Amino acid sequence: MENINLKINGLSVSAPAGSTILEAAHIAGIKIPTLCFLKDINEIGACRMCIVEIKGARNLTAACVHPISEGMEVLTNTPQLLNARKRTLQLILSNHKRECLSCVRSGQCELQQLSQELGVADESYFDGLMPETTMDTSATHMVRDNSKCILCRRCSAVCEKVQGIGVIGPNNRGFDSFIGTAFDMGLAETSCVSCGQCITACPTGALYEKDFIDDVLTAIADPSKHVIVQPAPSVRAALGEEFGYPMGTDVEGKMAAALRRIGFDKVFDTDFSADLTIMEEANEFLGRVTNGGVLPMITSCSPGWVKYCEHYYPDLLAHLSSCKSPQQMFGAIAKTYYAEKTGIDPKDIVCVSVMPCTAKKFEIGREDQNAAGVPDVDISITTRELARLIKRVGIDFTMLPEEGFDDPLGESTGAGVIFGATGGVMEAALRTAVEKLTGEELAKLEFEDVRGVEGVKEAMYQVAGMDVKVAVASGLSNAKILLDKIRAGEADYHFIEIMCCPGGCVNGGGQPQVHADIRNFVDVRAVRAKVLYDNDAAKAIRKSHENPSILKLYEEYLGEPGSEKAHHILHTSYVERSVN
Amino acid sequence: MPAAKTTVPFSGTKEQEESLLKVIADLKDEKGALMPILQKAQDIYGYLPIEVQTMISNETGIPLEKIYGVVTFYSQFSLNPKGKYQISVCLGTACYVKGSGEIYNALTQKLGIEGGECTSDGKFSLDACRCIGACGLAPVMTINGEVHGRLTVDMLDDILAQYE
Repeated sequence: MENINLKINGLSVSAPAGSTILEAAHIAGIKIPTLCFLKDINEIGACRMCIVEIKGARNLTAACVHPISEGMEVLTNTPQLLNARKRTLQLILSNHKRECLSCVRSGQCELQQLSQELGVADESYFDGLMPETTMDTSATHMVRDNSKCILCRRCSAVCEKVQGIGVIGPNNRGFDSFIGTAFDMGLAETSCVSCGQCITACPTGALYEKDFIDDVLTAIADPSKHVIVQPAPSVRAALGEEFGYPMGTDVEGKMAAALRRIGFDKVFDTDFSADLTIMEEANEFLGRVTNGGVLPMITSCSPGWVKYCEHYYPDLLAHLSSCKSPQQMFGAIAKTYYAEKTGIDPKDIVCVSVMPCTAKKFEIGREDQNAAGVPDVDISITTRELARLIKRVGIDFTMLPEEGFDDPLGESTGAGVIFGATGGVMEAALRTAVEKLTGEELAKLEFEDVRGVEGVKEAMYQVAGMDVKVAVASGLSNAKILLDKIRAGEADYHFIEIMCCPGGCVNGGGQPQVHADIRNFVDVRAVRAKVLYDNDAAKAIRKSHENPSILKLYEEYLGEPGSEKAHHILHTSYVERSVN
Repeated sequence: MPAAKTTVPFSGTKEQEESLLKVIADLKDEKGALMPILQKAQDIYGYLPIEVQTMISNETGIPLEKIYGVVTFYSQFSLNPKGKYQISVCLGTACYVKGSGEIYNALTQKLGIEGGECTSDGKFSLDACRCIGACGLAPVMTINGEVHGRLTVDMLDDILAQYE
């Protein structure tokens, strides 16, 4: 692409045509502060944090949206600019509930960081009338506290543009503006799918997951309870970020060590039940293909996606796999097979999951998720909550040794670990389904066409003389493209993987929040996904149907995949919901 | 602050619904169709309750929250129906100095509604307005265009009773 030459702070910079001043400055190693800007998502130039001087221009310009031009001369840090930014920030702070000592976001808050960087000495300079604000605690998974909202609109932009839902947005005007729902319904009454992408987009502590750390600690302290834990694949790919490790560090071993030191009786792994999911899902798929069942079959691992389907595409529910998600399969097996094996009453088992996801908090309370007559999973916490829990109980994460998971629900394959990246479930399922169909061993385990962060991916594979057409979508606005095709009868896919969050679970709503000044220039989805693919490549066993613990589970307990017992324990049902 | 919500039961007719659906069908493929659709919907129903906004959302695919956001942004759109008797209290300078603020507050208490709202029996709606050019009679209010002047709070019950 053609390059454009300009000067920033007197430095000659060359940047691709079409770049913004913010991007060109980034190339030159010059940081311009931003607040409302989220690349490709919220490009509205509203907060005025990124203002710069352009020689010859009458006004200060928003660098995040202003394109560069040949010969342009830009200044980013004159005293006038620094002062103007500080004043703007003080105005924003005047309406912000400043309780940084107890705020969940303290230490990781973008507003707090900007205040320090810009040297806001007097945060109450413009204090005056405060708008009346509300706190919405209606949803199972999160809290919306408008007293900390700075109206940047990053949350509503993600909800509407990335997820195609738009249940939150700006209401009213001027001083009375606030981010809310239609007719001020509680979030629980709306068709919010609980994905939590708004939380990861929020620069402040206005949006946060409901915290269940105390419930976990109470359960652990109760000697009558057998407390077991299962962390999802993606947690190990991001947890390190909360402890100062560079993004893209695999902390699986330290995570297992930390969970053991927190006091869980057994440290198991959701990767195990990801393998189990593949056994059931591949079997269900083969069944649908051979018996003329409803095709395409769509994966059901992502509870945000499942809820979206129930609200927005209830007519397509028959396409959803009846398999429970790995989180739920784990809990179901723990409270049946594991309970019987160990002789522990399922009522005394507390199953805790650590998820990159906020929708998992909703999922544990769904109907038809209680194989042993008690909820399959009792408490679901996010990666962020686990990090807080580790800090709270006084564990020095960086000093921990690398440890493994406990048997029998801790053994997993490379197929299980890649579940966390978009295309991972499809690849894991193909590794098993293709071998089952052909009866031959795969020469190459990598299905590269379904890897990568693109929103919609398609591939066709020749399997046992049959053309198997698959598609993968992540982010609900991308899922919508495939779903509309199915609705219109224009889709000839056999199998579709849909993940609610863009890039899959590695970028889930429960993962560590990444500051916009990093997120705007680094593809978080790809960096974290690489952790999982590397983890898979290093594994001795990389196919779910070769997991010894899974094979033993079927032999000792479930019989065959899709057996009546497997159906009772590992499969579920869905409900139709309305759009609000 | 949350926008006012109506407590008056929705009583849209089949004819109103048909004309709204026609308006949406005519406009929905145009860019920026929401504003004209909302304006015509308000012409048809007199206001934009959740039932009407939901119909627009279902037909256009625009999220309900987005529609609600637009409706609450513009003061020309109303979430509440107008009452059988529309009360308008002048809060212009002359009337205000003569105490129309108290008249307005007394009415919100007597009727149990805020400005912009309508009583649940659909009888009275209350709005504040700017100078209506009857400063000589300050403080004034109008009820369905009829002017009542030189008001005191004590007079309000008798005046309202005329419209029972």
